[in-house]
Amino acid sequence: MIEITRRATFSASHFYWNEAWTAEKNEQVFGKCARRNGHGHNYTLEVTVAGEPDRVTGFVVDLKWLKDLMESKVLAAFDHRHLNFEVPEFSDSSLIPTTENIAIAAWNRLEPAVTGAGGARLSRVRVYETPEIFAEYRGVS
Amino acid sequence: MLSASHRLHADAFSAEANRATYGKCNNPQGHGHNYVIEVVAGGEVDADTGMVVNMAVLDEVVQQRVLDRFDHTNLNLDPLFMNQVPTTENLCRAVFGILNGTLPEGELEYVRVEETENNFFQFYGV
Repeated sequence: MIEITRRATFSASHFYWNEAWTAEKNEQVFGKCARRNGHGHNYTLEVTVAGEPDRVTGFVVDLKWLKDLMESKVLAAFDHRHLNFEVPEFSDSSLIPTTENIAIAAWNRLEPAVTGAGGARLSRVRVYETPEIFAEYRGVS
Repeated sequence: MLSASHRLHADAFSAEANRATYGKCNNPQGHGHNYVIEVVAGGEVDADTGMVVNMAVLDEVVQQRVLDRFDHTNLNLDPLFMNQVPTTENLCRAVFGILNGTLPEGELEYVRVEETENNFFQFYGV
């Protein structure tokens, strides 16, 4: 079994705020991430799929296909957007666009297509908020 | 790191199918990459040396068996790729096979091969 990882970057803005809490508590828990005018990051998305290389092509999956999938399913929705207001996972719910939740959202956007294509399974999604911080999600596939 | 050229081309496919499958990687004259090889060895910390493996020894083994073999070569011409396409999947597996069971210290855990800054491959032996 080989794991293949593809990287891509996107830039987005967000802020952390729990509507069920007082402003004071939000500021206490989230610090400067709670500033309501938001802030932004250059995120790095790493998507890992796992499978056996095809005997003829030598590919587990075509990296161009994976790149296009990441572009169409995740980057097209997240890049140069305000995550709180423009990405349905967050704008249509009370879910806070933390790096953890962004990783889970990206997994959920990618997993059906990877599984549906056959030949490989989604192994993990990693989202770097800065070069020093990342969240990693291994869901069920 | 090793710098090598390759061409992705499956003899079982027609010219059209090769172009459709591999795109510009099927360019007849080949192309090249700077591959970054990571060899991860595991084991217990030795009570006397405080080391799992002597990094100088591991460096030497990887240099001799992997880098000296593949660096500044055309991967398609290596005997390991006579019957398989030199994708990075297969290179990763080949490097693991070369090193597995032959490290003087520690056990080979996995091999990671970075083809470009945007993609990398890992093989754990199973």
